[in-house]
Amino acid sequence: MREKGVIAKIAGPLVVADKIRGCEMYEVIKVGEEGLMGETIRLDGDLAYVQVYEDTTGLKPGEPVIRTKAPLSVELGPGILKNFYDGVQRPLEDIGRKVGDYITRGVYVDALDRTKKWNFTPTAEEGKEIVGGDILGEVPETKVIKHKILVPPGISGKILELKEGEFTVNDCIARIQTDGEDVELKMMQTWPVRKGRPYKEKLDPEVPLLTGQRINDTFFPIAKGGTGAIPGGFGTGKTVMQHQLARWADAQVIVYIGCGERGNEMTEVLEDFPKLIDPYSGEKLMERSTLIANTSNMPVAAREASIYTGITLAEYYRDMGYDVAIQADSTSRWAEALREISGRLEEMPGEEGYPAYLATRLSDFYERAGRVKTLCSDSEERIGSVTVVGAVSPPGGDFSEPVTQNTLRVVGVFWALDSTLADRRHFPAISWLRSYSLYLDNLSEWFNKTSSSDFTEQREEMMSLLQKEAELQEIVQLVGADALPARERGTLEVARMIREDFLQQNAYHDVDSFCSLEKQYLMAKIVLQWYDQANEVIEQGIGVEKIEGMEIKGAIARMKYVPSEEFMKSYEEIMRDMKDEFEVLKRKEVS
Amino acid sequence: MAIDISAREYTTIREAAGPLIVVEGVEGVSYGEVVKIVTPSGEEKTGQVLEASKGLAVVQVFEGTSGIDTSKTRVRFTGDIMKISVSQDMVGRFFDGLGRPIDGGPEVIPEDRLSVIGAAINPTARDYPREFIQTGISTIDGMNTLVRGQKLPIFSGAGMPHNALAAQIARQAKVLTTGEPFSVVFAAMGITHEEASFFMHDFERTGAIERIVAFLNLADDPAIERVITPRMALTTAEFLAYEYDMHILVILTDMTNYCEALREISAAREEVPGRRGYPGYMYTDLSTNYERAGRIKNRKGSITQIPILSMPDDDITHPIPDLTGYITEGQFVLSRDLHRRGIFPPVDVLPSLSRLMNEGIGPGRTREDHSGVSNQLYAGYAEGRDMRDLVAVVGEEALTSRDRKYLEFADEFEKKFVTQGKNEDRSIEETLDIGWDLLATLPEGELKRIDEHIIKKYHPKYRGAR
Repeated sequence: MREKGVIAKIAGPLVVADKIRGCEMYEVIKVGEEGLMGETIRLDGDLAYVQVYEDTTGLKPGEPVIRTKAPLSVELGPGILKNFYDGVQRPLEDIGRKVGDYITRGVYVDALDRTKKWNFTPTAEEGKEIVGGDILGEVPETKVIKHKILVPPGISGKILELKEGEFTVNDCIARIQTDGEDVELKMMQTWPVRKGRPYKEKLDPEVPLLTGQRINDTFFPIAKGGTGAIPGGFGTGKTVMQHQLARWADAQVIVYIGCGERGNEMTEVLEDFPKLIDPYSGEKLMERSTLIANTSNMPVAAREASIYTGITLAEYYRDMGYDVAIQADSTSRWAEALREISGRLEEMPGEEGYPAYLATRLSDFYERAGRVKTLCSDSEERIGSVTVVGAVSPPGGDFSEPVTQNTLRVVGVFWALDSTLADRRHFPAISWLRSYSLYLDNLSEWFNKTSSSDFTEQREEMMSLLQKEAELQEIVQLVGADALPARERGTLEVARMIREDFLQQNAYHDVDSFCSLEKQYLMAKIVLQWYDQANEVIEQGIGVEKIEGMEIKGAIARMKYVPSEEFMKSYEEIMRDMKDEFEVLKRKEVS
Repeated sequence: MAIDISAREYTTIREAAGPLIVVEGVEGVSYGEVVKIVTPSGEEKTGQVLEASKGLAVVQVFEGTSGIDTSKTRVRFTGDIMKISVSQDMVGRFFDGLGRPIDGGPEVIPEDRLSVIGAAINPTARDYPREFIQTGISTIDGMNTLVRGQKLPIFSGAGMPHNALAAQIARQAKVLTTGEPFSVVFAAMGITHEEASFFMHDFERTGAIERIVAFLNLADDPAIERVITPRMALTTAEFLAYEYDMHILVILTDMTNYCEALREISAAREEVPGRRGYPGYMYTDLSTNYERAGRIKNRKGSITQIPILSMPDDDITHPIPDLTGYITEGQFVLSRDLHRRGIFPPVDVLPSLSRLMNEGIGPGRTREDHSGVSNQLYAGYAEGRDMRDLVAVVGEEALTSRDRKYLEFADEFEKKFVTQGKNEDRSIEETLDIGWDLLATLPEGELKRIDEHIIKKYHPKYRGAR
């Protein structure tokens, strides 16, 4: 086995190393005089093909390459939250402090601060038998998250010593007597990113991940531990949607992966999260978030690694028993990185130049989501979840392309963004006719129990009205709305109300940005109540124009801007005024 | 970095194909290194190493490979990566696509030599763009607001007045706080002499020529040079913006020609093509240009980009506009239909978008009613356009009175709001007031996108009453 080799060829992000037989696949390699970080992706005799995570301009054949004998791994321990990493877990703020405003290559910074001291409180006891996944103690990592220090998977034995006090991530906090020799444990552990962290058992998705977005929660809910995809052409609001989910989802920990997207968008997250308040904890959103940014102009190989880095961090918090949500924006850019590297390897291309293993890689990634019983002693039981939402950017907004299609095969929720909705500024531009959620049946029990027994019923009624509208629109296109019977025009009217007053939600409005589940339920109730009463009046032969011109419609249109906590009062007012106005209509007709 | 500075010269070209040459027997060649080539007739060309392996280098030749032979042509590896000499004196000067002066003036005395490959800005160092740029054009200011540090392309097509629009933006663009140094960096890639001289005349007429740096690669200039031209321009822009605190507007035209050059090189290298023969890395490549727009914390200058691209066959799903749209922060889309009807500027607001608008508008920046008015105009115009389609099928009689109002609204919107003179410079207040006049023709209950207190304050009905 050789420790060292030489560069034989450089082509963009791909470097071929010679005289390095014995390397493993996906082993990290230091390339060139500067020791640029790379990873082997193909082996061939004495040759190793290395994808390099940094710009390769200026490298020469003959420069050395050095093995590290370890796969690409992340550092896990306190300090991950509130941090901001690149695709291979280098902290961007520290890089900035070291080399300035631009990311230059060959910079090495530890992912976790080695000097910072954390306050460790043991919760286990000396003498206790422990296995991998058990909790040794806690560290208050941020205001809202207690970081549980876990025994790394694969280690079991008796606790010989357990310390208490202020430690760095690298200090020994416990000694374990195992079958072999004694093991010293630190707060930090490492884990290879391409390998899912182990758990005991996967559970069925039964609890929704609430997002505060009406179309998501009421119409197409995602489960904790579920997977979802948001495909849409540019300008349809993928990123705004992802930001909204990251802001308002009722997960305890958020991992946001900006994968090959715009620099300014990451800056926006970076500015917003330390300011916005989490509606569940009352603290700043940043207290529960970690961000991974590999913008489009940062090295393409690190982009490929970024989603694995992100999901490994998420699994680690899942193992502590937290509900974690990942937003990956965008998985198409990740697939393109895969395609670029595959092209450089001169592999036989599959559809549209993507490698044939695209589908496998995508399903491997999404399958790491789930609600699980975590690894720990049988006496304890912890449940944690990782929910994954991936944005997809199909070329030309055409959903038949390989990344969208292969993603749809593995995800549970499809939020289809529609550019015609976006063009008319109907946001979120999620098409109610094309989208679906496979979790509906599993979750309806929860909704009916938690919110109200007719929650699912209301949803189905609204959905069927929208479908009816789509059918009626076809007739309207041929004969005009005037030609429709009054009852059908009433249906068109309520469908418009559902679209404009319920489904549309303004992400940039202070109040409307987040809508509690209770408010969603009551809003739906108002709209459907209006429809019932309108139908009654239409039955009596009152002209549909009168209903179309009702004053209460103004109040209904503005109900979304009433804060959730004051909504009950508003609801009662609207219901009362609505009843009165319909009564007046009826009376006029009688007299 | 250990770069061998002793220049090495070879006459060992093994192969020349399209824009590429393969040189063998070379030593110590680095990836991305600049190469000087002298043909037997004495012509000098410039190239760059695309692939370096032991004893072999693949070089792209910017001026094309005509005149290169495989026995006498000399190839010199300079040991240096692609750089440009920059200086404040470049303002007011004209250069070719590789940064050589073509205005008869002297060589630039460099203050610095910078690599044209820009490193990525650390996202934590970026300052979020939120300073409103008033362009005086209603469809832009009112509905797709441009802010400093944004990259906002014009998607156009052959024969449409994108140049006139770009020139108007360059001429009228100002921030409401004035007095800061401002300059335009203009990069032409493969555009015709007429197009280039249209810009130059326009800049000359308005006196803007003194604050312009122009890089011109015209239609008859070497095509491969185009892959380097925008990088030359952006490197210069970065220097002026961050060393001299200037606010730079970069106009890149036409990005379609840039992408064609990329495709040509990729085809010559026999790479696996992505969509429509364009290389699979075109997204990454484009982003390394577009992402150089922005603002950096604690630095005064800014770089705002307006790339222009002509959509082949007006197809917005073509890979060039498609990938661009995924990187830029919105787009202005020109419509052939509006252009045909004589409307200038023919900006179709429905597919147009400015992603950074929300932060750049509102109280203290433009006016508190801006967001509501803009959203309502969008909704109203979209509805009116639907009605137009409907009328084509069922006739106007079948419409309800509400629908008819929207139909009229769409017509008036195009006539009063979209249409404006090539020299008409509307303030943001004027733009918003035109918007209100149009919205006043709709029933008040329809104005759902605007907060009630804003309606009470700005709606002409209440304003008149006060």
